[in-house]
Amino acid sequence: MNILVCIKRVPAPGRSIILSEDKQEIITRNLGFTISPHEECAIEEALRIKEKNGGSVTVLTLGPDTAVEQLRQAMAQGVDEAILLQTDGKEWDPMATSKAIADAIADKDFDLLLFGNESADSGGYQVGSRVAFAKDFPFLSGVKSLHVAEGKAIASREALHAREIYEIDLPAAISVKEGINLPRYPSLPGRMRARRKEITILKPAPISGGPEKLQLRVPQGEENQVEVLGYGVEAVPRVMEVLQELNFC
Amino acid sequence: MILGFIEHDRGTLNKASLEMLTLARRLGSVEAVVIGRKGATITHELKQYGISKVHLVVHDQLDDYAPTAWAKSLTQLATSLQVEAILASGSERGNEVMAQAAAIMNLPLATNCVDVVLRESDYIVTRLRWGGSLVEEARLSGKPKLLSVAQHVFAAEETLSEDLVIVEQEVDLNDKDFRVRVTERVENESEGVSLTTARVIVSGGRGVGSSEGFDKLEELAQLIDGAVGCSRVVTNKGWRPHSDQVGQTGTRVAPDLYIACGISGAIQHWVGCKAAKKILVINTDAEAPIVQKADYVVIADLHEIVPAIIAAIRAL
Amino acid sequence: MNDFPKKAKVVIIGAGIVGNCISYHLAKLGWKDIVLLDKGPLPNPGGSTGHASNFIFPVDHAKEMTYLTLDSMKQYKELGVFTESGGIEVARTEERMEELRRRMTSAKSWGIPAQLLSPSEVKDLVPYINKDIILGGFYTPSAGVVDSLRAGTLMREYAMNLEALTIAANTQVLDLDVKDGSIRAVETSKGSIETEYVIIACGVWSPRIAKMAGATIPLTPAVHQMITVGPLEQFESTTGEIEYPIVRDMDTFCYERQHGSDMEVGSYAHRPILMRPDDIPSIEESPLSPTELPFTEEDFDPQLEQALALMPEILGDERAGIRYAINGLLSLTADGYPLLGETIEVKNLWSAAAVWIKEGPGVGRLIAEWMTHGVPEIDPHLSDISRFYDYARSNTHVKARTSEGYNKTYGIVHPREQWASNRNIRVSPFYMREKELGAVFFETAGWERPQWYESNKYLLAEFGDRINNREHEWDARWWSPIINAEHLAMRERVAMVDLSAFTIFDVSGPGVLDYIQYMTVNQMNVKVGRSVYTPLLYPNGGFKADLTIMRIGEAHFRIVTGAGDGGRDKKWFTMHLPQDGSVQFVDRTSAICTIGLWGPQARHLLQSLTEDDVSNDAFPYGTTQIIRIGGLPVRAFRISYVGELGWELYVAMEHGLKLWDTLWEAGKPFQIIPAGIGVYGNTGRIEKGYRLMGSELESEYNPIEVGLARPKVKRANFIGKAAYLKARSEDPIATLCTLSVDDHSSASGIDRFMQGNEPILNIAGEVIVDAHNRPSYVTSAGAGPSVGKYLLLAFLPPPYDIVGTKLFVYYMGEQYPVTVEIVGSRPLFDPDNERMKA
Repeated sequence: MNILVCIKRVPAPGRSIILSEDKQEIITRNLGFTISPHEECAIEEALRIKEKNGGSVTVLTLGPDTAVEQLRQAMAQGVDEAILLQTDGKEWDPMATSKAIADAIADKDFDLLLFGNESADSGGYQVGSRVAFAKDFPFLSGVKSLHVAEGKAIASREALHAREIYEIDLPAAISVKEGINLPRYPSLPGRMRARRKEITILKPAPISGGPEKLQLRVPQGEENQVEVLGYGVEAVPRVMEVLQELNFC
Repeated sequence: MILGFIEHDRGTLNKASLEMLTLARRLGSVEAVVIGRKGATITHELKQYGISKVHLVVHDQLDDYAPTAWAKSLTQLATSLQVEAILASGSERGNEVMAQAAAIMNLPLATNCVDVVLRESDYIVTRLRWGGSLVEEARLSGKPKLLSVAQHVFAAEETLSEDLVIVEQEVDLNDKDFRVRVTERVENESEGVSLTTARVIVSGGRGVGSSEGFDKLEELAQLIDGAVGCSRVVTNKGWRPHSDQVGQTGTRVAPDLYIACGISGAIQHWVGCKAAKKILVINTDAEAPIVQKADYVVIADLHEIVPAIIAAIRAL
Repeated sequence: MNDFPKKAKVVIIGAGIVGNCISYHLAKLGWKDIVLLDKGPLPNPGGSTGHASNFIFPVDHAKEMTYLTLDSMKQYKELGVFTESGGIEVARTEERMEELRRRMTSAKSWGIPAQLLSPSEVKDLVPYINKDIILGGFYTPSAGVVDSLRAGTLMREYAMNLEALTIAANTQVLDLDVKDGSIRAVETSKGSIETEYVIIACGVWSPRIAKMAGATIPLTPAVHQMITVGPLEQFESTTGEIEYPIVRDMDTFCYERQHGSDMEVGSYAHRPILMRPDDIPSIEESPLSPTELPFTEEDFDPQLEQALALMPEILGDERAGIRYAINGLLSLTADGYPLLGETIEVKNLWSAAAVWIKEGPGVGRLIAEWMTHGVPEIDPHLSDISRFYDYARSNTHVKARTSEGYNKTYGIVHPREQWASNRNIRVSPFYMREKELGAVFFETAGWERPQWYESNKYLLAEFGDRINNREHEWDARWWSPIINAEHLAMRERVAMVDLSAFTIFDVSGPGVLDYIQYMTVNQMNVKVGRSVYTPLLYPNGGFKADLTIMRIGEAHFRIVTGAGDGGRDKKWFTMHLPQDGSVQFVDRTSAICTIGLWGPQARHLLQSLTEDDVSNDAFPYGTTQIIRIGGLPVRAFRISYVGELGWELYVAMEHGLKLWDTLWEAGKPFQIIPAGIGVYGNTGRIEKGYRLMGSELESEYNPIEVGLARPKVKRANFIGKAAYLKARSEDPIATLCTLSVDDHSSASGIDRFMQGNEPILNIAGEVIVDAHNRPSYVTSAGAGPSVGKYLLLAFLPPPYDIVGTKLFVYYMGEQYPVTVEIVGSRPLFDPDNERMKA
């Protein structure tokens, strides 16, 4: 069972987002970087499948050289191999990203490709399906539970009042959502092993795809009137008035 | 012509598609597409939303939802109709179908758009990033343009169309297109009020301190017929299941009242609850980010005031 | 927020551990209208207190720091936020074991129970440690952890209960208003507060806030890395916050501390990661808090391996995760000590910065006492912010020294160890000559001073038989037997000593006599041309300074003090200048250089160079005149800190080199040698029993105890007079004594030489403590080559303060017999000063 997990390095924002002067990116000087949350779960899911079925897990990211940190973190959690598709640090659009990933794994045999449902920062929702299409793999997104056995993936996801269950033959591509599991923290020995592991670095050339980012903007919050109902338990009578006004009691 | 992809689940309309139509109509004349015979039941509803022509895609195997088959249907129709753009709702299925359609057509896709301006042959779209705490202006080209419309941004504006024509459309699909399809459906046991349907949500963050700390929040929620929510910190600490999580990577909620207890209101949480009509914040920190965005604020220790509110309600 | 205060007596900026503690102690001492501001929310406004690892090891080699820590521990205990866990510093190398023995010495001196443990004994206490890689441990049972946030909250609450404190959280300081050199108001995001005093206690932000008033608080924010690993099965059954002793892995600069079911690993081993205060992110920009920065893994990775080797069972647990990892910001200073006291630049603007959790409450009390009484109970000598000269308050200096000093946090630092960075800041005109003579330079307050001259090595052949060689590398580190040879050559012939580092102030004007009388203990109304050596006291009668003052005109005095104390003394003199402008104060340090010319041949040599009469009659001891040497106008001052006949020769900087060369050439027939500060500051002075500020002289002791009281007290009033008179009327609690070491041989057969700070034990082997609970310890140690003894200075209470008493000194785990040679200030060498007065 060979699994590929595609992840993205994203900044962990503070209380507010601050943009660069050219409005092309977020200022990350004071920010740490993490793996986009859905993809953290994809790594965890891959590790659990491997622990049950054997095989190996490879993690792949497209990003700047510093994205090695995220690959190492994944390896510290137990991922076996890592591939960096190194860019010059500029953001790639989803088509260019998908193409680069598809090219990088064109001649590789994976039984399962795992993605996060959408990245935390750009939220494009499409890299997984594009890569799946290129590999001619069946693809399902939004997965909140996954069982892999006997060449099949049994996946489920949430609908309005129900859970939908999908039975998909492997090889397949699946994007998962946070909540599918609670990712493990890397152990200290895991961290040390990860330090010594090789990372395959490829430098793909971007194709022109789209959409083409023009600029970023922080939306202006609407001016709202904040009413302080009070301090400490003295606020209770006013809270009760509000609850009654809104017909909750 | 703009093609509006109308979502349904075995004959039940997803109202988010109607929000999509509000934006679609600004871009030109809109025709709707509904996939699968079961969707026939919803076509008449569309007349109220300015639709005069519905393309009903029919195929023997189009019984229940199957993302690739749906996407392929969409692309075949768009090609035969020579449409200018396909718009879908930025719902789970909407984004999924559009992403697959984009892959099949090898065209760019802009998800979660909140505005579109025409510029020459391109669309300049404004789309949400970071769950809406940041927006991006982007150029979308290609024919057709593929885009999804962010949920809860547009109202489903009614405008009655004079008549309604339903055209059945045959598509060419094979078994491979049905490799992914719903094979089983488990209805949720009615477990009371859910996050998405509740009129009021009592939500807790780091300040609650422990899983036991949520007992009081549960109690309050029950008294006012609400649901319990939480922030990501809480699920990461294992105090609550992820299904209770409100936020960018959890559930987006839009209740009448959102009571945020001990939640500082990081960006990722805010985007999940900002659609609430009213927000009441209970926090010891008067400068927590969520405080400025709230309607009502109580500066207090939730461990003191929540029991006090419970007592006051019981005394009514 | 209508109740935002418009007026206050004192505004404290920063509600971390320091600000909270100061507010409490000020309130306790009766202050009202205290306002405590912070730009962040409470109880954790986002400073360093919020992410501190919160553990305390009480033992430090420096007495002042230890006392601040002990006081803090006491206060934390009173607040109920201290958990005693014990702490063990483990050694992986023999060199570190020696350092642990030295820590035993310091622990004994400062009265802290401690013991050395074998690897197995360490394992008994810390079952998860790998005893195979350690040589032993230094165990402090009283070490523990505190809840610093809770402590701050309680401190605040006490102050509020006294109705003395208003708290304004989420209030940003925008500006500080200064008028006529005094602080006047604080401009905040919520309004302006008019105030008499401002205390800056905002940790890493302090430099930025001080700058608003044109003041400097020279510290740099620096990163300290910490990770949390857990949950650990082994800790499942533990209760409370901490059960196992905290381990400091001294050789890898790491610590491991159990915290509930987790293990915290912190490090000081990585490259120093410094920041500029202006680069600290705002609360808005910060993912966690402004002082919890994103973790940089690559800096920490090497430490992981070492931590794993020490605690393989625990940290090697594959199921335990790294749950939290930060680069936490803390404050560093150029010399590692806090920055306390009124700022140099602005009156009533105080600094309480670069303070760690372990010192917080102690500093709170110290600052409050200092502001209330003009002097704190614990001598603030090391922490006094005015110790830094202008050059040392620069970012360049702070950056250089903190980069160098960061890894000294757990390092083995020799008491004489010299800094390598940012040297050659102040050099005398003789510097090039000294270099040619092989001078080994030690730095004091930026000055490069020859400690000894390698070119004097030949003297060892002549004097070697009178010099104890130091066999132990530690004792001999930053030392040379040449110092003792220079000493003996000076006593027999003549030596010249570069004293250009002297800090020199001229005070003059119509009000100068009243002013100088008020500042000093001894009678200053002497004839022009005479000098007076005098203590300066704090209001409580404790030592503030000792220095020499020459009356060089009717209304003109020259004050000469040491380089190390110049900054503090300057602050003291200038803050007391009369408001009416009747006294002018000029710092002449940079204008004048000085050579000490001493030895039996000094007069012959000097007379050969001058037409002025330098005979004893014409130029008696203790007087000063301007004479010409080779045509240069030189202020000669007949005095000696080494107990020899001779002069201090003061000359304009530009004449300095000429004076040096002139003396050198003319000195050849007299076999003149250059002598270093090793003689001047140590061997020469200790034979004469001369006291040194910061060693023997502290605010905790008065002139009677130190043996510097004169028979009469002048009529004029002076600072500390009432306390001084009272002290004179009582028997001293302890008296400064000179002791000699009877036997240097250690158990291993190697002779050992004390370096200072070692405890004095009675015959029963107990540390001697006086009635004020002050321990007897070695305040200065050094060879007395001319008396053939190794000498120690120490305060001794009765019944030990009697000549001939046999006692012990404790050094590196062993006891050495000593004898009391002198009680009081009478010199051991040349007791009647016949040489100086010859």
